[in-house]
Amino acid sequence: MLRAHGLACDRGDRRLFSGVDLRVQPGEWLQVEGANGAGKTSLLRILAGLSPAAEGRIEWNESAVCDARDEYHARLLYLGHGPAIKDDLSGLENLQASAAIAGHPLEEGTALAALRRIGLRGREELPTRVLSQGQKRRVALARLLCSQARLWILDEPFVALDVAAVDQLCGILDEHLSRGGLLIFTSHQPVRLAGQGGCLRLGQ
Amino acid sequence: MNAFGSVLRRDLLLATRRKSEVLTALFFFMIVVSLFPLGIGPESAILRRIAPGVLWVAALLAAMLSLNRLFAGDYQDGTLEQLALSPTPLALLVGGKILAHWLTSGLPLVVLAPVLGLQFDLPAEALGVMMLSLLLGTPLLSLIGAIGAALTLGVRGGGVLLSLLVLPLYIPTLIFGAGAVEAYTAGLGAGANLSLLGALLALAVFFAPWAATAALRIALE
Repeated sequence: MLRAHGLACDRGDRRLFSGVDLRVQPGEWLQVEGANGAGKTSLLRILAGLSPAAEGRIEWNESAVCDARDEYHARLLYLGHGPAIKDDLSGLENLQASAAIAGHPLEEGTALAALRRIGLRGREELPTRVLSQGQKRRVALARLLCSQARLWILDEPFVALDVAAVDQLCGILDEHLSRGGLLIFTSHQPVRLAGQGGCLRLGQ
Repeated sequence: MNAFGSVLRRDLLLATRRKSEVLTALFFFMIVVSLFPLGIGPESAILRRIAPGVLWVAALLAAMLSLNRLFAGDYQDGTLEQLALSPTPLALLVGGKILAHWLTSGLPLVVLAPVLGLQFDLPAEALGVMMLSLLLGTPLLSLIGAIGAALTLGVRGGGVLLSLLVLPLYIPTLIFGAGAVEAYTAGLGAGANLSLLGALLALAVFFAPWAATAALRIALE
């Protein structure tokens, strides 16, 4: 279970948000909403442990995240604005490298199957430089298919995807939730997911 | 350890896909070193005297060329965030990146140096000492440079700042590296200089990845 109390974030002298409380149980999702500049990405980065919060604390399974960083990061998958895709490497190489960095090395067969399932059949070995924005995004999302992480924090996962890919991604997220996973994501569009979930509006 | 290997492998693979970046530094090194005999003329006494300094200064500058790309690409495309979130300590992964940087920018200089040294009429044994000093010194350049590259990450005009920051820190390496060859040709033996280079390298291997990691964490916030 992920819980946060009274989170606040400063950008320079300006306070972006303060007093944010949230609680996500296994099998639950949380959509973070808010206008541009409301601090959605900042909140996700704080929750992922990439930047420190100005105030407040975050708990993972009843213990503070800052005390058990490695254990928390082993359970976490964060997908940020940057797709973490290298243009000169193929989708397969990108996927295998990022999985190994996340601590779960992938067999080539598993990685290929994930890329094919996400709709990149026949393009697994091409350098991602020649892929479209949406296809690059799919390479990044293929990580979700191979992930063993419990908590997914996704920043705008639906950006640059076509309708079919949005449906497919919703299916992947549903699967994760039905396995008892936790999901926090930002999106400007309403998303229909199975399981319990809620919205958090920033900037109100 | 697995993640360390995969960072190393990924960076080496990237270097083979972008050969021009590696070759630029190598050609720079070759051309700068070759210009000196042409400019100074064929007086072997002078050439032998200046050879260690010229080779070492050229190596410093060549190593600088690729430094600002060490973390910049990973920072821009979000890979650095993924490295920071890895269960493997970031310092170890940064170590992998530094090792890859040395293998692609430092090691080729070590291999090329004896060939270029021939232009300066250096005797074979002095060329051997030159290689040895570069073998100990170039990893040091990558390690110290990584701290500078991490500190200037995301800073506008970072390239110039990086040179201003890193080149003064390279001075001890330059003095002991070039000094090793000079001491050898003067008949004093290169042992003392090489030992000092080795000691600096041992220190840097332990502390530079941590220092670079601390700077990277600040850049990520």
